[in-house]
Amino acid sequence: MNRHEVIIIGGGVTGCSIAYHLAARGMRDVAVLERAYLTSGATGRCGAGFRHQWGTKTNCLLAKYAIAQLERLAEELDYPGGVEIKQGGYLILAYTPRMEEQFKKNLALQKSLGIDARWVTPQEAREIVPFLNTKGLLGATFCAKDGHANPFKVTDAYARAARRLGVKIHTYTEVQDIKIEGSLKTVITNRGAFQAPVVVNAAGGHAAEIGRMVGVDLPVVPERHQILVTEPVEPTLGPMVMSFYHNLYCQQTPHGSFIMGLGDPNEPKEYNVRSSWQFLSQMAQKVVWLLPVLKNVRVVRQWAGVYDMSPDRQPVLGEVPEVPGFYVAAGFSGHGFMIAPMTGQLMAEIILGLPTTLPVDMFSLSRFTTGELFVEPSVV
Amino acid sequence: MDDKTIVCRCEDVTLEEVREAIAGGARTLDEIKRLKRCGMGPCQGRTCRPLIAGEIARLTGQDQANLALPTFRPPAIPLKLGTLARGGAKNEQA
Ligand SMILES: Cc1cc2nc3c(=O)[nH]c(=O)nc-3n(C[C@H](O)[C@H](O)[C@H](O)COP(=O)(O)OP(=O)(O)OC[C@H]3O[C@@H](n4cnc5c(N)ncnc54)[C@H](O)[C@@H]3O)c2cc1C
Ligand code: FES
Repeated sequence: MNRHEVIIIGGGVTGCSIAYHLAARGMRDVAVLERAYLTSGATGRCGAGFRHQWGTKTNCLLAKYAIAQLERLAEELDYPGGVEIKQGGYLILAYTPRMEEQFKKNLALQKSLGIDARWVTPQEAREIVPFLNTKGLLGATFCAKDGHANPFKVTDAYARAARRLGVKIHTYTEVQDIKIEGSLKTVITNRGAFQAPVVVNAAGGHAAEIGRMVGVDLPVVPERHQILVTEPVEPTLGPMVMSFYHNLYCQQTPHGSFIMGLGDPNEPKEYNVRSSWQFLSQMAQKVVWLLPVLKNVRVVRQWAGVYDMSPDRQPVLGEVPEVPGFYVAAGFSGHGFMIAPMTGQLMAEIILGLPTTLPVDMFSLSRFTTGELFVEPSVV
Repeated sequence: MDDKTIVCRCEDVTLEEVREAIAGGARTLDEIKRLKRCGMGPCQGRTCRPLIAGEIARLTGQDQANLALPTFRPPAIPLKLGTLARGGAKNEQA
């Protein structure tokens, strides 16, 4: 029997970040259990963008602190070659007076929190992205410090640093059941049983299944999101272009390829990571309209991943009151990559009983029973 | 083949980099692809996949025939966004 202090279920960026942050604070007897390989879930399928431009204080600060960690991650974790950070900014487009009003409110909030984002006119937007179609555009917000990183490398950096500190990472180890006796939890896998008083559910789109193993009903459902990548071409697009109106985002990686995706509100709620032909043609139509130069760029690959959606599209972080020692870090609803450094830090602080760097009460599971939902106006 | 041999021509990945990934614990084509980009180029791995599979098999003592193949990712040939936007393309060469 493998006995540990903490067992983390899920080897995505969340699980690996939590493992590292625990170990960095002295809790080294930690095991991470991953059913396939590290990043095989949403992490390895994501757009990996990060932005400061949010509409609530909590999310602005969470993103700000997390991005500051990402900026110095390679150095802090001693990861040679770096994690491929590119900070070309996010240009978020406004097409309706309501959007303009909301974005301006967001900017005022961001400014009060020391985030350097600004309103740009359609003309200024064209200076930032020279080939942008500005038809119907009222303006946009821009933050030069937004950008993206390589999700495989960020996760690998956390995993390696965690291992160096003594964390055991078991890949191809699938959790099949959890038994609780007193405070001890026995986690049953295809590779034997693991025991610990503390279990952390960081299973992404599968978090609800893990919850059911201990009789906890987690309102986290998988929702498919598709994405595609083009051949690499000369760098032309500095920032990420994001339109809530078209429900799309498009960015160019340091490698030169464009990555773009759509949010599709009509997706059935099920675990589906297959690609569809409809996505390819819809995506192409929208993006060629918005960025006409892309019409000659070739698509080389498309894929899909799931968002782990919660009812208010914000994560659940913390201990489940009915099952002491059982913690959840899931429900990231499409933005779990960028906040992962802070998810790891806050979860480690919660588990170790330390004061938390930022308030975390609003992320508690009980908000879904008390009805105090967390409303973030700025999500795709 | 020596270390400097380029096994993935689309993405300029050397055998040394592939060996490094295997030494770091990677056991499947998918893992190596995600860390090193080999297989993500315009040919989508048609050229490099067998070479890398051979190297994994050799270094980890697995049978090459049993290695899991990466998921097939459409489209089968690179297509222009402009062509896709016109809704055509299923039979069209782009
Ligand atoms: C198309 C797409 C684009 C995205 N773009 C962005 C973006 O631009 N910016 C951003 O911040 N976020 C983005 N996201 C969201 C982001 O990918 C996720 O929020 C984040 O990766 C969550 O990480 P995680 O570790 O919590 O989950 P995951 O990476 O899904 O990890 C969970 C892990 O748990 C494992 N697991 C599940 N069940 C079991 C079990 N029974 N036993 C053992 N292991 C198990 C899985 O195999 C998986 O590896 C995007 C997501 C998608 C799908
Ligand atoms: S040779 Fe590796 S992707 Fe083409």
